[in-house]
Amino acid sequence: MKILAFLIFGMVIGDVNGQTFLVDEKTFTDGSNQLRYDTLMEELRCLVCQNQSLADSSAGLAQDLRKKVVAMIEDGSDDQEIKDYMVQRYGEFILYRPRLNYSTIMLWFGPFILLVVAIGIVVRIIRSSQPSHTNQEVSSEKKIHHDGEHS
Amino acid sequence: MRQLIPFSIFIILIIFFAIGLTKDPRLIPSPLVGEPLPVRQLDELRTAETTLLTSNLIGSSFILNVWASWCAACLEEHHLLMELATQDAIPIVGLNYKDTRQDALKWLYKNGDPYLQTWFDPTGEFGMELGVYGVPETFFVDRTGTIRHKHIGPLDRINIAKAIDILNAEQNSSL
Repeated sequence: MKILAFLIFGMVIGDVNGQTFLVDEKTFTDGSNQLRYDTLMEELRCLVCQNQSLADSSAGLAQDLRKKVVAMIEDGSDDQEIKDYMVQRYGEFILYRPRLNYSTIMLWFGPFILLVVAIGIVVRIIRSSQPSHTNQEVSSEKKIHHDGEHS
Repeated sequence: MRQLIPFSIFIILIIFFAIGLTKDPRLIPSPLVGEPLPVRQLDELRTAETTLLTSNLIGSSFILNVWASWCAACLEEHHLLMELATQDAIPIVGLNYKDTRQDALKWLYKNGDPYLQTWFDPTGEFGMELGVYGVPETFFVDRTGTIRHKHIGPLDRINIAKAIDILNAEQNSSL
């Protein structure tokens, strides 16, 4: 049930790509750190304003979490450590790209399962309408053949 | 019979959506339930010179209520905490979150103080350790210091009773 709600929620949020500029936007002197920071900001969800990433949100908690990410990058934590830190406290929900595990398996594969089911249904519908068509062809062919034989 | 298939799929979807509508997407299950309460040293709000370890209450179960003077919904649940405090059923600890000492003390003076201890977290650092994302939030901690339940949003009588039951059940099973 939760999984389905999550699925639907995921469909709704889709790809919202609103870039806003924040007062406390952090610039790193190191280009690769900047890239990591910018990527993490897009991948972590603001929990107060749920359809925004940390990059977009100006909520108080988002500011705190941004500061924490900055501090962790400066302390030399890698991306995985930063994400783990967030997930340990706020749960999987904070990740915009949920990890593959038991509870997210439907989220990742549900759409493909639905696609396979849909293709299966389409194939069945096409097949069930075709036989009558080919039967007719065969019978008319037979008829011609039959007629030909007689003439 | 065949015509019934799309219709029944439709009905199933409707049931899923109907259940989905009753769920509040703001309630994010906490990964900290079942985990020990993080141990940190925090100032006591009311007596500036006192610092407390967040583990100082191990041995008895307690309610940890995260609040702030700027939080309107905190006022909504406050009378219930006051009531609970007079019943002496379970100690209530406050975590004053991202607040100023002055505002917080004024708020307690005005609205009453149900807290046995009030931990002062002006930066929200301990709040982050607890995965707090909006106040009020309430943690129910058992006597081993393990978080047993988290309630997000204002408390009501029913969910307080339920949470205390959860704590008692844990306690009895561990005896």
